[in-house]
Amino acid sequence: MLELKNLCFQAGSRKILDDCSLAVGRGEIHALLGTNGVGKSTLAYIIMGCEGYRPDSGEICYKGEIINRLGISERARLGITMTWQEPVRFEGISVQDYLSPRDGSRDSASYLCLVGLDPELYLHRMVDRCLSGGERKRIELASALALNPQFAVLDEPDSGIDMLSFDDIVHVIRLFREHGASVLLITHRPELAMIADRASQLCGGRIVCNGSPQEVTDFFMAKKCAVCAEVDCDT
Amino acid sequence: MTHEYDALIDAYRRCGGDERVLADAKIPHLLASGHSVLSMRGADGLEVQTSVTKDGISACLVLGENVSLQRPVHLCFGVLHEEGEQCIVMQVRLRRNSAAHFIAHCFFPNARKVRHVMDATIEIEEGAEMRYGETHYHGPHGGTEVFPKAVVVLGERGRYYTDFTLLEGRVGILVLDYAVQSGRESVAELSARIFGHAQDVIQIKEKIVLEGERSRGLIKTRIALEGDASAEVTGITEGRAAGARGHVDCVEIVKDNAVAKAVPIVFVTHPLAKVTHEAAIGSVDKKQLETLMAHGLSPEEAVGMIVKGILR
Repeated sequence: MLELKNLCFQAGSRKILDDCSLAVGRGEIHALLGTNGVGKSTLAYIIMGCEGYRPDSGEICYKGEIINRLGISERARLGITMTWQEPVRFEGISVQDYLSPRDGSRDSASYLCLVGLDPELYLHRMVDRCLSGGERKRIELASALALNPQFAVLDEPDSGIDMLSFDDIVHVIRLFREHGASVLLITHRPELAMIADRASQLCGGRIVCNGSPQEVTDFFMAKKCAVCAEVDCDT
Repeated sequence: MTHEYDALIDAYRRCGGDERVLADAKIPHLLASGHSVLSMRGADGLEVQTSVTKDGISACLVLGENVSLQRPVHLCFGVLHEEGEQCIVMQVRLRRNSAAHFIAHCFFPNARKVRHVMDATIEIEEGAEMRYGETHYHGPHGGTEVFPKAVVVLGERGRYYTDFTLLEGRVGILVLDYAVQSGRESVAELSARIFGHAQDVIQIKEKIVLEGERSRGLIKTRIALEGDASAEVTGITEGRAAGARGHVDCVEIVKDNAVAKAVPIVFVTHPLAKVTHEAAIGSVDKKQLETLMAHGLSPEEAVGMIVKGILR
């Protein structure tokens, strides 16, 4: 479905991705584990085609086509979407409009229910600073689900969500797959990575471990990767 | 006169007004075209007096003590011709514990060289509340010069809320100047939302002086600009009494060659007063834009949605 081939990306003098390769299959939930600051979100922006995040070299292949030159809107039209680690807020845009921005025709209420929010309480609220970070996160997930994407990059979907709601988030992530999407699940929490079909660990700008979630989380927790050993990553 | 009345009603309707309110005997209104008062109606407890002077129209509205109008007062001011002038001197007085909601429509749909001057003096006495919504439509040509000016004196526990909008069509030149002096435990909120295009010029100066203890003030301005439009927004809040709280909040979004400037001026002369300000000026927020684009909107659609939200 999505294949990253030998991606390199440098910001200023700092090398963020260094010959990074990763493949996510059709209908797969693939967890990308890594400590803070290893470039997980950068990888998400590169996949989505955000401004300033074009790879210096390497290829992004989606359904067999190289999409390096495509912008965000074009990638979205191909079925790719992402949710941000810290969703942005919008003044004057209601949850209803946010979930169905073109014509309001989507069944926004049902998507709010899927993420555990009562439509009566939320549909007419604004997606602004009146919402908590956790509420905003759930609405972000609902909006991505409403797009019915084929490939979703979920950047730390559990951050800002209370521990009691962890199972809800797991349920929502699985819904993406049930709705036909492949998922790249970015996280630094091994327990969340365990719900994936496969997992990889990003460290030092490259994938240092790839395999079953159990194998990768064991590797991650044991700080086995050579880069971690060199730089004493705090896992 | 009948033809002019019908033409004005037609323009009023096209600018979003509902002409039925002018025919409804229970709804007070004042309808003026240029320097002619075409129609007016008061209400129980509301005195409306007008006169035509050599300089324009003079209007005086007085709401009696303890009178709370159940229906809004509709004010319709317009110039239908391509060229013309409308000068209105308006005095509004809300006596103790009264309340009224004013809905004003100002429309100059064909303006190529039209000048509109509004000079209002508003006195809101103790415990009274005034809400004033003002919607402008200046047509597509950019030939309107508008100078709305208001001086508001707000008595103890008085409340004043105003919302100025100019979102459809061109602005032309707008020079808005509002000043509020707030009494003890009073509340003043000034809001303006304007979309400038082409060579439109927008100058806004809004000032709240928090004279009374525990008075509250908010100046909220939302401007979107495109083409070669320009805007300068000056929001002034002075905290002069204990417990006074004020805030100035300005957002200006620019596209193309538009130029925006914000000058928030906040100061206190009492140690227990507090005033704050925030201003955001620039192009559309990149992360907001990318979020909406990742949701399948084109860049143009995403910008449109963000601007619409800001001006809502």
